[in-house]
Amino acid sequence: MTTRWFGERVQRLEDERFLRGTGLYTDDLGEGALEGCFVRSPYAHARITSIDTSAATAVPGVVAVYTAADLPFGQTDLPLLIPHPSLTQGRTQKCLAYEVVRYVGEAVAFVVAESRYVAEDAADQVLVEYEPLPVVITPETAQGAEHLVHADVPGNVAAELRQESGDVEVALSKAPHNLRLRLRFERGGAHPLEARAVWARWLEREGKLTVYDSTQSPTSIRGGLAVLFGLPETSVEVIAPDVGGGFGPKIMLFYPDELLVPFAAMQLGRPVKWTEDRREHFTAVNQERGQVHDVRVGYDGEGRLLGLDVDFIHDAGAYTPYGIILPIITAAQVPGPYRVPSYRVRFKALYTNATPTSPYRGAGRPHACFVMERTLDAIARELGLERAEVRRRNLLQPGDFPHEVGVGWQDGGRVVYDSGNYPALLETTLQHLGPKPAGEQVGLGLAMYVEGTGVGPYEGAHVQVLVSGEVVASTGIPTQGQGHQTVFAQVVADELGVRPEQVAVTTGDTRRFQWGVGTFASRAAVTAGNAMAVAARNVALKARRIAAEQLEVDPEDLELAGGMVRVKGAPDRGLPLAAVAILSNPLRYAFGGGAEIATPFQARPRPGPPLPEGEAPGLEATGYYSPPLGSTWAAGCHAAWVAVDPDTYRLRFLKYVVTHDCGRVINPLVLEGQIQGGVAQGIGGAFYERLAYDADGQLRNASFMEFLMPYATEVPEVEIHHQETPSPLNPLGIKGAGEAGTIPVGALVASAVEDALGVRITEMPLSPLKLFELSRPRC
Amino acid sequence: MIRVNGRERPDPTNVRILLSDYLRHELGLTGTHVGCEHGVCGCCTVLLDGRPVRSCLMLAVQAGRHEVTTIEGLAGEGKLHPIQQAFHECHALQCGFCTPGFVLAVAGLLAKHRKPSDLEIDEGISGNLCRCTGYASIRRAVRRATELSK
Ligand code: FES
Ligand code: FES
Repeated sequence: MTTRWFGERVQRLEDERFLRGTGLYTDDLGEGALEGCFVRSPYAHARITSIDTSAATAVPGVVAVYTAADLPFGQTDLPLLIPHPSLTQGRTQKCLAYEVVRYVGEAVAFVVAESRYVAEDAADQVLVEYEPLPVVITPETAQGAEHLVHADVPGNVAAELRQESGDVEVALSKAPHNLRLRLRFERGGAHPLEARAVWARWLEREGKLTVYDSTQSPTSIRGGLAVLFGLPETSVEVIAPDVGGGFGPKIMLFYPDELLVPFAAMQLGRPVKWTEDRREHFTAVNQERGQVHDVRVGYDGEGRLLGLDVDFIHDAGAYTPYGIILPIITAAQVPGPYRVPSYRVRFKALYTNATPTSPYRGAGRPHACFVMERTLDAIARELGLERAEVRRRNLLQPGDFPHEVGVGWQDGGRVVYDSGNYPALLETTLQHLGPKPAGEQVGLGLAMYVEGTGVGPYEGAHVQVLVSGEVVASTGIPTQGQGHQTVFAQVVADELGVRPEQVAVTTGDTRRFQWGVGTFASRAAVTAGNAMAVAARNVALKARRIAAEQLEVDPEDLELAGGMVRVKGAPDRGLPLAAVAILSNPLRYAFGGGAEIATPFQARPRPGPPLPEGEAPGLEATGYYSPPLGSTWAAGCHAAWVAVDPDTYRLRFLKYVVTHDCGRVINPLVLEGQIQGGVAQGIGGAFYERLAYDADGQLRNASFMEFLMPYATEVPEVEIHHQETPSPLNPLGIKGAGEAGTIPVGALVASAVEDALGVRITEMPLSPLKLFELSRPRC
Repeated sequence: MIRVNGRERPDPTNVRILLSDYLRHELGLTGTHVGCEHGVCGCCTVLLDGRPVRSCLMLAVQAGRHEVTTIEGLAGEGKLHPIQQAFHECHALQCGFCTPGFVLAVAGLLAKHRKPSDLEIDEGISGNLCRCTGYASIRRAVRRATELSK
């Protein structure tokens, strides 16, 4: 028997450097680098009438002050990343604004100085005159279109999309019961604890640009910089080193700094660094979640769904660099784990004078889940049924897969659920939740969800056994704390018969692996994980070919185990992987480390060329995985007993249970961390974190003092159960898990509070004040 | 002179430099992280004479005549400190950005309470934000650290 690491609670291999404080985050780099600081718009909508940089330039220690006029790409619109035929009025910003600013925080000038302290002093000296314009700040006002965010976009409508499966009007008119709901979700922010940062160096003599960027997609950044600066891709290296959390917004390209820092480094011939501070992160980094949904549902007397019509508006912010992915995901995910015989969804993406939106953990799914679960709770209330029972009656059954939902998906294909057992998720969760605990104002929160994970197009990996026998593996996707160095090592270790500690994994470094897409949409394990398995399997095949020749046996009779390539059933007959790695590369010169075995007078003589035809030197291989049939669909059920304090309206989670199914589990320890962390973030978004924009488009709470993220005191211990329904779509049978913890929490909290207080909840986020107001209506 | 991790270190180059920036950029002790620079997240926590403080809320010059311990000084090059070991065993870190601050906050907590109650644990770590873990594993790590410290 060979050991299997897949599925084991392997403790993380990357921990030690973080625990000792020797991790390498972008801002840790670059002593001696010049440092940048932005001048940002204080207005949500204004015309720039003049910019005077002379005083700033005169500050001692200032090296350069850039405005749009100084940039060769100053007039260029930044790329629209994901064009879509329905996005008829896509707009992106300029790197630095020069005519009109459209949100507070939009970059206007960039100061580079000998130190950050000096750069900040000088930024204050840049004089920008503005002529304020009318501000459009909520999706509802955008829809009213009294004022326009872009003068040439009528009605503030960036995109409009309609999809229907079945005939909803007929279904609704025939249904014995009908309900209407209006459900509102406000903007939120991801707020990884490391804000964004970029460091760049230009080596003139080598013509080489090196950029460290806390991005979720270094390969795309590299492609974009090469195009922008007219350099061959091979002359640009982009590295995402340790990144202190991502959660979505770090996958924009480009944020202005991602162009300006490399540009300044090339101009000035010195390394340049920019590190965002928290205050600017609040408005300079993409946000998410503003949507208002009008729901009509038809159902029968048993609570079975017959028709569902969802019409919603999406707050895109001032520009649409990320296209309309968010509302597309919401539209696709509303039906969730339920059978919806007729479904119609329409949305409008609307411009507002706020920070642009792009995915944040959940990415349109928390809204979709909120819509569906609120609707089911309303049906239960109307019919006097248990909420769990209404779900039971509508869930898809294990025999229903693959299930085609009838709408389009974010990868351009259709939504088709690959596998699952939804009723079991519900029953397991309820069973573990147990009966209602004693206490005042205790409510049951219940929510189910599906999550389309592991979207394409593809990822790749490279695996190599070094002459020391150590294994190195790399992939293009970067890591922001998900434990990739451990889980990928587990996958590779299984294929090569070594221990995970012997596999050193590098992620997100184009010097090591130049192909790939990025870390988003809970896709890393599925895409890069399977690519790792493919690459490692190819290495194992090659190792067996080489060893077979040495040992004079059939490759089929060999196995990789215990760091050896050995004969099955005769574990003493074999070669260490290190020796096989040496032999894979025919040598003339023995360079030490046992290399003599591959030199001409030592190596086993064999017919044909020293390097066999069709074989490449080195015990290495590259592998790719591209999902053949769309996404893998994870699913789960969250349930909780939640108490609302009668005096303070604080929430207390008395018990919180999750049953989660993401196919085969690589590492339960890491998975549980993802779920627990996701729930915490969901709780923040449901009850504490609100981005308080006023009518002038000013964010009134741009600090952690007033934008309240949960501390330990707000987050319960989540009881997590795993259900494993393998995905038939990939060799490892896995599905993604990164966002699952967050998706249903808003719906769960709404359901619990409604049950505890007997009030109607139709919006997110809630707060103690909101609950107080709802429970004590004014006379 | 400022004593950092048991060594005398040169004064900051500028009186207005924050302790966090001095440690990170003048001494190269980049294990002290800056998550908010306004005293809320706790990423910049260091020990000042053994007590946790926020280095983003202090000027470096204020640390003169005090003993500063950063994450790099907790275990030196040797074996992991029991708190670090406990964080590792309990998967109490993901991106690692908050981790040095938490580890030092817990060092402060355990210096005060050798065997903290659940409430004391929550209090001891509730000045630090973590956006990744959801805290359950950090609570477990504190309990584990008390066992390992025995
Ligand atoms: S950086 Fe000091 S408390 Fe956040
Ligand atoms: S581990 Fe990422 S913030 Fe705590």
